[in-house]
This record gives sequence, C-alpha cells and structure tokens, in this order.
Amino acid sequence: MSYNVNEKGYYGEFGGAYIPEMLYPNIEELRQNYLKITAEPSFQEEFHALLKDYVGRPTPLYYAKRLSEKFNTKIYLKREDLNHTGAHKVNNTIGQILLAQRLGKTRIIAETGAGQHGVATATVCALMGIECVVYMGEVDIARQAPNVARMKMLGAKVVPATSGSKTLKDATNEAMRDWINNPVDTHYIVGSVVGPHPYPDMVARFQAVVSEEIKWQLREKEGRSNPDYVMACVGGGSNAAGAFYHYLDEKDVKLIAVEAAGKGVDTGESAATSILGKEGIIHGSKTLLMQTHDGQITEPYSISAGLDYPGVGPMHAHLFKTGRAEFIAITDDDAMTSGLELSQLEGIIPAIETSHALAVFNYKKFKPNDVIVINLSGRGDKDLDTYIKYFKL
Amino acid sequence: MNRIIQKLQEPQKLLSIYFTAGYPELNDTVTIIKSLEDNGVDMIEIGLPFSDPLADGPTIQDSSTAALKNGMSSNLLFDQLTNIREIVKIPLIIMGYFNPILQFGVEDFCKKCQEVGIDGLIIPDLPADVYNEHYRHIFEKYGLINIFLITPQTSEERVKFIDGISNGFIYMVSSASVTGSQSGFGNEQEAYFKRIHNMQLKNPQIVGFGIKDKETFTQATQYAKGAIIGSAFIKNLTFNGVNSIELFTKQFKA
Repeated sequence: MSYNVNEKGYYGEFGGAYIPEMLYPNIEELRQNYLKITAEPSFQEEFHALLKDYVGRPTPLYYAKRLSEKFNTKIYLKREDLNHTGAHKVNNTIGQILLAQRLGKTRIIAETGAGQHGVATATVCALMGIECVVYMGEVDIARQAPNVARMKMLGAKVVPATSGSKTLKDATNEAMRDWINNPVDTHYIVGSVVGPHPYPDMVARFQAVVSEEIKWQLREKEGRSNPDYVMACVGGGSNAAGAFYHYLDEKDVKLIAVEAAGKGVDTGESAATSILGKEGIIHGSKTLLMQTHDGQITEPYSISAGLDYPGVGPMHAHLFKTGRAEFIAITDDDAMTSGLELSQLEGIIPAIETSHALAVFNYKKFKPNDVIVINLSGRGDKDLDTYIKYFKL
Repeated sequence: MNRIIQKLQEPQKLLSIYFTAGYPELNDTVTIIKSLEDNGVDMIEIGLPFSDPLADGPTIQDSSTAALKNGMSSNLLFDQLTNIREIVKIPLIIMGYFNPILQFGVEDFCKKCQEVGIDGLIIPDLPADVYNEHYRHIFEKYGLINIFLITPQTSEERVKFIDGISNGFIYMVSSASVTGSQSGFGNEQEAYFKRIHNMQLKNPQIVGFGIKDKETFTQATQYAKGAIIGSAFIKNLTFNGVNSIELFTKQFKA
C-alpha cells in the first residue's frame, strides 16, 4: 500500500476535489501544472535559494539533552521555529508564490486562523511585490492582534470573515468565495494540507523539505537516517505532513500525530478530529471532519488557534484509517504544562500547537535507545498572551 | 415523465425561484411553495441549508444560518414535504451541498426525494465527473434529474461534457461570482449568453446568479429558456415577509 496521493487525488478513500463548477478552471489549471512547474530546474533553484538565504534553512536538528534525560529516551527537535516568520508555514508560501508567478497570477489570497499562515503569505507577497488579501475570522482578528498588525505592516489587506462562527473555517469559505469572484488573476495560497486536490499534495511536497533534512541530519548525528518515531502536532496537518513525508513508506519509522483534545475529548470542547470526526466533505476534500448527525460542520475548540480546524488533511485521515500513524489527543492543560517545561529545560519557548506534541511523553513510554524526532513547528512568541494569562506570569 | 422535462416543453420563458427551507420561520416551507405556484412561478428550488455554503453570498448564507438555527434538517424537510404533491404540481428541485446528503446516505436521500415528489437536485459541490462515475445510476434509479452548473470560465469542451451527461437543463451561472453579488448585466454577460446559445446544446439553459428584477430577467432569458431568482427573493422575504410573494412575483410576469 502506498500512503501517498494517487493520480486522481485520493489517499485511499480520502481526498478528491469536491468543488463548485465555478472553481473548476482554477483547480484544473493547478492540477495540470503543479508537478510540471515545481519540477522545472529554474523553480527548484529559486525555491531552494530562497529557503536557504531568506528563510534560513536548513533548520537545526537539535538533540534535546535535558528533555531526553527527563523522559529517559533520545529526543531530537527539528527546529522549524527558527524559520523566518517563526514557523514551518513559510516553506509552503515560498513554494506557492513561485508557482503563482509562473502561472501569471497577479493577486494572492489566503485564509488564516491564528495568523501564522497569513503572516507567512503576506511576507512572500511583500518579497515578490504582489497584492495580498488575507481572510481571517472576526473572532480571530480580535484575539490575534499582533499577527494582524504584522500582516498590515507587510502590506497585506486583512478582511474579516463575518459569516458562520467567524473563525478559520469561515475564513476559508470567504477565501474560496473570493476565488470564485476572481477566477482569472488570483491564486489562493492554502495554508495546510487541506482543500481540494492538488492542494494537499502540493502543500505536503513544499513541506517535505522538513523530513528531507531530518534524514541527512540524523545520519550525521546517529549514523542512521530513520528514527524510531517521528512525532508532530496536527490541525490541518501541514507540519506533520512535512515531517512524515519521506518516512511514509519506511515501515520501521513509527509516526505519531498529536491532535488537540481541548478541554477533553468528551467535553464537547475539543478539536480531536480523528476521534470525533466522521467521513464527509469539507472545503472541497473528502476527509474526517467534526459534524452533526445531519452533516452540518461544527466548531472545534482548542486553546491553540492553529489546531482548531474541524477537519484534517486527507493524507492524515488515511494514515489514521490504515493505522499507519498513531493518533494521540492532548488537552489544553497538558500542552500548556509541556510548553513551560520545554522553556525551562531547553530554553526554547514553543508555539502552543507544538506543545501538544511534547506532552505525549507524559502518556507514552519510550525505550532509552529510541530515537524520537519531534517537529518543533513554531515558536511561542505569538502565544505569549495565552501563556501569560494561563500561568499568570 | 419527469415534471422538469414537461415544464421545459412549455413555450414560455420559465420563472424559477429559490428559497431556503426553514426561513424565515421553520414551518414556512409549504406555505412558500404553495404561494409561489399560486402566483404563476414555473419551478422551485428548495434550498437545504448548510453550515458552510461555499458558492453563496451573504444573503443566502445568512438565511441558511437562520434556518439551521430554527432547526431545519434533511429529515424535517422531507417531513414537511410529505404531502406536497397533493397540493403542488410544478417541478420541485432540492438545492443543497453534498455533505448533508452524504451523511443522509446518497441512495436514501434520492429515495426520499422520489417518495415526496422531488424532480431534481442541484448539488454545487458534487462535480460532474464524480457524479457521472459514482452516483449517476442512483439518481436515475429514482427518476431524479441532476442539474449541473456552467460559468463564463467553463471551457467549451467541458460545457459539451456537461451537456452530454445532463438530461434536463443546464444551470448557467451568469458571471464569475457567488450568489447575490451582481449589479445588472453588461456586454460581457450578453456575449456569454449568446456564445452558449450558439453552441446548440441538447439541454436548454436556465440562468441563475444576479437575476433580481424584470430587467435582468428579460436580459437573462433573451437567449436562455428561463431564469432563477434566489438572493433577491430571500431579501424580499426578509424585509416584507411571506405575504409579499404575490407582489414580488408579479413584476416578472407582467
């Protein structure tokens, strides 16, 4: 069995492109061109040059000595938090802006939840001098003011999504509506491995640089390119997709996807999509999603704004269904505690999303010789307000 | 014979109205349908509300949100429509997004449609290709016509493909936009209407999106068989209530 996408855009039974006819020409244009364009030597050259000189790649693979001692195992942190703009998101936006330019697009739109993808998009648009419009839920705009200011400084227009629950899913709806209204000149930079094919595969390929680097970095440090475990948090799933990508078909590497349990999986305030979700269609993709019995999409909850998406990428739905990846749900409280712990043991303040992955050590026992790579997807600067309130700092 | 096909054979330009089931009040569904027929409307699209209606502008979004809040659901809609064929003769189409139908079960949904007397479905996010490959046989088993959309951006080749798998009419989206966002038709639209007309498709076309008054209705039906009014009708319901349907529909029949 392959865990990668097939020709029709499916991962097993998940994926596809369930889009209104109005989006068909745009999606078809992408589908026909994304592999061809991204394989061109000039594209690869420009992509890698920007990742190196602008983003700051390769990011370190750091052996976390004190954390490893505490849990009596070998823990490596893939430092995506050290990327320009502070998270893995920029790997994808660099890739997509180069693609958009080659498709002759002159206007960029994006959705954002916490604002990280919005900032990463606004950044590459400033870099290339392209008009940028970011849709963001009205509720998220209120609670993520610094990222809104960043986007504005970078020259982007931030448009509030006022429909539905006024959060990430509604911002995504608004971005898709914008694309319907502007089908010719606009490219939509989707921020995660979600949405209609080819987005999940395209975004995963741009994020795959993460596991590509882990392979050679781990060989340098441990004499082998395959760890025993790769672990990452999952909202839509782009950082996990990047960290898993080159290990999908390496059976000796166990994959762990960490979801946000919110206040607890059974409390009604959770974002643990694999456990609480059912197969359905969200934002053009057949996948697992949180919904009512009647098929209405419900609003998830997590303390981390980057994990409260009611769906999950189709690749992850497939990894869950086939058992290729183990899915673990971590509560707000456990994540916050682990975020503080990493800060004090290693001097690294992680994003709250990432803190969910770190909390797994409290629940799962690893052997002293196990090599575990955690994708440290983002830094905690954006979450300071939440940390301050939570710990009364 | 399916009521849609019968209706398409009538000589007049068809006036079709969309409304969201469960709006403004939960139990307005039958009242609205009956009133539309009494006032000479040729065909009705009953909107099954969805939490995330991607192809719709603010008017239909808001009516959907309100309808869901009122308690509308697939089951309830079918309950409300149980005896509809005792009082209404014109074609009835359910327009809804794919996820609620998928959760109901596509075959169960189609079966229910046939039982209550629904003639066709419009599912904007069920692509023609997926329908053709996976669901067409189910729709046909229950005598349902599935209606596809085309837009000004749809390639000639794809218009022909959609015409090939259609067996009722083609829903011609007037411009590159979500519902309810037009301010009249210009030369661009006219050229598009004409271009499609000249393709001599086997299925007649009915224009939707941006029809809001007599003028736009006349423009839209110059080359097409009919036109669908959605957002403008919902707005009228919001401001003037169910009793204003007679006045609203009169302008198009004049």
